[in-house]
Amino acid sequence: MPEGRTHVKEDEERHETRIADALKARPVEDRAAAAAETVFRLDDVHVYYSRFLALRGVTLDVGKNEITAFIGPSGCGKSTLIRCLNRMNDLIPGARVEGKVEYHDQDLYGDGVDPVEVRRRIGMVFQKPNPFPKSIYENVAFGPRVIGMKPSSMDDLVEQSLRGAAVWDEVKDKLKQNALALSGGQQQRLCIARAIAVSPDVILMDEPCSALDPVSTARIEDLMDELKRDYTIVIVTHNMQQAARVSDRTAFFTAEAAEGTGDRTGLLVEYDRTDAIFTHPGDKRTEDYITGRFG
Amino acid sequence: MTAATEALAPSTLRRGASRSAARITLDVVFSAVLFVGTIVGVVALATLIWTIVDNGWARLAADPIAFLSNYVSRLPARSGIKAALVGSTYLMVLTALFCFPVGVGAAVYLEEFAPRNRVTNFVEANIANLAGVPSVVYGLLGLGIFVRFLQMGPSLLAGALTLAVMSLPVIIVAAREAIRAVPESIRLGAYALGATKWQAVRRQVLPAALPGTLTGTILALSRAIGETAPLLVIGLPVVIFTLPNDLRDPVSALPLLIFNWTSRPQAAFAEAAAAASIVLLALLLAMNAVAIFLRNRYTIRW
Repeated sequence: MPEGRTHVKEDEERHETRIADALKARPVEDRAAAAAETVFRLDDVHVYYSRFLALRGVTLDVGKNEITAFIGPSGCGKSTLIRCLNRMNDLIPGARVEGKVEYHDQDLYGDGVDPVEVRRRIGMVFQKPNPFPKSIYENVAFGPRVIGMKPSSMDDLVEQSLRGAAVWDEVKDKLKQNALALSGGQQQRLCIARAIAVSPDVILMDEPCSALDPVSTARIEDLMDELKRDYTIVIVTHNMQQAARVSDRTAFFTAEAAEGTGDRTGLLVEYDRTDAIFTHPGDKRTEDYITGRFG
Repeated sequence: MTAATEALAPSTLRRGASRSAARITLDVVFSAVLFVGTIVGVVALATLIWTIVDNGWARLAADPIAFLSNYVSRLPARSGIKAALVGSTYLMVLTALFCFPVGVGAAVYLEEFAPRNRVTNFVEANIANLAGVPSVVYGLLGLGIFVRFLQMGPSLLAGALTLAVMSLPVIIVAAREAIRAVPESIRLGAYALGATKWQAVRRQVLPAALPGTLTGTILALSRAIGETAPLLVIGLPVVIFTLPNDLRDPVSALPLLIFNWTSRPQAAFAEAAAAASIVLLALLLAMNAVAIFLRNRYTIRW
């Protein structure tokens, strides 16, 4: 038994070193950047699936041209929350959002707000790459076409988008080929290209690397760092090193069983600059989670 | 020796070590039963085709042009299938035109737009039931509604509409399955780009579901082309010496002709019926081949 405990301790230390390295690897000015203009302002957001309370009392701001990471254990509501930001939850029967979700000072759930218009401006990349079963070119051109963009040259727009997602060099000779023939990492970058083709303001990424190998993951992380110059990014991730490597701010969520029913409801534990969350977390639960002691 | 190392000893890998002779026999018997089951179907089909070809090939091969381009006649030797072949073709094309859009539309509505309530469930259950209704009942429906009530008479239009109504449930079921096979992630991907529901359905879901839908439609049509009963009930003629120029003109059909010829006493008409059956079979096989081709070539492997 004592032997086993030493192993756990070593693992923890190694784990902490990895996170520290991830933080150190980032440019200093990046970490010291001043607080940015606010894109999303969430105030006491509750999300229900029918009668089940999935997430309660979330209050946080998302800054412009920043990468905001949502981390936490499974079932803590981080994916639920990110889907509130472009009203994807509307598509789930019975889903209901309470509280205020403001996007550039406008109530996202206010009267007369059209979720289709919201999603034009707030794009989304999903956990599993989901290219359309069409050519690479058609995948990128689909978005601009459906929202009625009239680019002077669709070919140029497709090229720019694919370049922007760092996948152009790999696909430029096979734009007419079916996107399903690409590797998982290429498919995911194609999905990012597809998202930026409609010139969104925000890109939401729901665990974009969880189905990818480490090399593809690294490429997407590099890409995110470039994308944040033009876009605001919110990312849900299971991978704490990933949050530490790419994000400016990190929100840590957890799930707690409600009294009586035993239903697990997600809640926001702590939200701060990423280096603060990982170096001196303010809450014991955050510390336990990031040091791998989460039970 | 402990139990664990004993279980790993080489002798445990030999035949009969744990599997008893009875279990091995059971395996063999079961495979044999399955094999026989498969063979029965194939043999029955082969026998059927052989009988038809054996009876009809000589008649068809003697003068295929005349057989295909002559109208029916009192004399079996001068009889041909022109009116029936052209009639069947017209019926098929019109049936497809009627039932494909309606069937796909119904399937899209039920899968993508219909609210999940009792009415929808009731409609869904009844469509599945309609697919199993005997074709002669559709004939009675066609007679009552199209021929009599709508006063179309025993015409090309009435025949095609009757066959279309008969094929509709099968097409709806096939199209719904094809639509359901399109992953939800494709719809979400389209919505996330700012597509409306109709755009997501029209530009992503329907194209992805098209191969499955077409396959189902062709199989439903190949069933319709072989149907005799509904056409007989609505009163389409066999003896006819003109091709239809208008939707209200009467037409004949291959199965009607075959049915008529087999019920005549002359052996020569039986041969002609077999020859016409070869033509009908060739048509059916060609349609099924197209369906198989579409399925293999265009079905998306997600």
